[in-house]
Amino acid sequence: MAKTILIVDDDPDYLAQMQMQLEAAGYRVVPADGLAAAKKALENQKPDLALVDLMLEEADGGFALCYHIKKIDQAIPVLLVTAVASETGLDFDAATDEERSWVKADGLLAKPVRFEQLQREIKRLLKE
Amino acid sequence: MADTLRILVVDDELGMRLGIARALRDFAISLPDVNGEVRFAIEQADSAETALDMIAEARPDILLLDYKLPSMSGLEVLDHVGAGGAANAAAGEMLTIMVTAYASLETAVSAVKRGAYDFLAKPFTPDELRSTVRKAAGRLVLAKQARKFAQEKRQVRFEFISVLAHELKAPLGAVEGYLNIVKDRSAGDDHAVYERIIDRSLIRISGMRKMIADLLDLTRIESGQKQRELTSVDIIDAAQAVLSNNTAEAAMQNITLALEATAPISFNADRSEIEIILNNLVSNAIKYNRDGGRVDVRIRNDGQKGDLVISVVDTGIGMSPQETARLFSDFVRIRNEKTKNILGSGLGLSIVRKLATLYGGDISVSSQPDAGSTFTVVLKQS
Repeated sequence: MAKTILIVDDDPDYLAQMQMQLEAAGYRVVPADGLAAAKKALENQKPDLALVDLMLEEADGGFALCYHIKKIDQAIPVLLVTAVASETGLDFDAATDEERSWVKADGLLAKPVRFEQLQREIKRLLKE
Repeated sequence: MADTLRILVVDDELGMRLGIARALRDFAISLPDVNGEVRFAIEQADSAETALDMIAEARPDILLLDYKLPSMSGLEVLDHVGAGGAANAAAGEMLTIMVTAYASLETAVSAVKRGAYDFLAKPFTPDELRSTVRKAAGRLVLAKQARKFAQEKRQVRFEFISVLAHELKAPLGAVEGYLNIVKDRSAGDDHAVYERIIDRSLIRISGMRKMIADLLDLTRIESGQKQRELTSVDIIDAAQAVLSNNTAEAAMQNITLALEATAPISFNADRSEIEIILNNLVSNAIKYNRDGGRVDVRIRNDGQKGDLVISVVDTGIGMSPQETARLFSDFVRIRNEKTKNILGSGLGLSIVRKLATLYGGDISVSSQPDAGSTFTVVLKQS
């Protein structure tokens, strides 16, 4: 059965693009354009993976959502996507174990995300 | 802000130094365009050597230098300190006034060649001293202001570029993402999907264009560089022009535009600024409206003081008190269920507010969710 990916981003075009490409790659996609929509979607289903924009609505809305998803089920992999890596100095690979455990995301990608790279990350996290 | 300029008085005669200090101690200068008065802090040196030491330690703003000092002539001191004369004022450097009993043209010329800014002939009255010091002080303070404005302009320009770079990232990313999808044909075979991709890309691009235009407007207003032409503007005529420019947009949502004014109104203003104010308000009123709704523009003179009052009333989606509180800052766009499909730069109201302040006025809003909003701009007669 097709795996379900929850995508959360407040740019409607980014959301549409991710949906197009992920559905073409065989996934079932649940789009959400903000924190409220994401939380609503999570009430109705448990996704197999979540792709979350870091700067949702407020500066770190993505972190909060990540935490929320992990509370629902620790095992749901969360991929954070951010346009502001260079500004916040966020470098997931360079983060210490302690920092990573605090962030609670399973991966961090910098926008603009190359679709091949995204697919690889998703496959890795879904153990496909 | 009051300025204190440091003056170093160099003369081997105690009487001269005390006399100069006394004349300048309570001297205060008012300069045009400068807030507060300019005053002086006076230091003294009784020899060339002492003076050079003090200058090396902390360069004063003005150097009052005696021409004839026991061990070294005033001209030699000038050579040592690299005075540089009038050009110094621009660089924020020290200005030297040469004090001499040998007031020949020759002396003056050689002093100026060595970098003196001015000279004062002995014997001089306290008034003559003050007048010469006033000239130098004026030069220094105005040069300092010019540097400050240049610095502020650089700051505004830098902020404009940073903000623009940041705000363009999302729309550029969106268009690039769409083009990559078209390139890879990774959106399937349905032509309609690719049609939508092209339409969305064009919408994001026009959003970028508007963002750049708005930012430029805002920057020009903030840096005081906007050329303003104040004339007696026919406000009703301006409003009619703005409404006619927005007719097509309004028609797409079946929105009625109406103008209400009791009598012809003319107001001393820059016509383009009036049009920017009206256009931003009307365009918002249309964008955030419901299908088949109305936009009413009401213009009147506040009889007593002749202030101009412009109200734009819409029957649109309205806002909560929390939303109205955030409304007039830069880049604030109210994002909620009702607004998610509406594009904007988030700068329009910010621009209106800044323009209103140019006229000593302001903008205010009253709104009710799902009923509509009324934006009111008041401009004061100059």
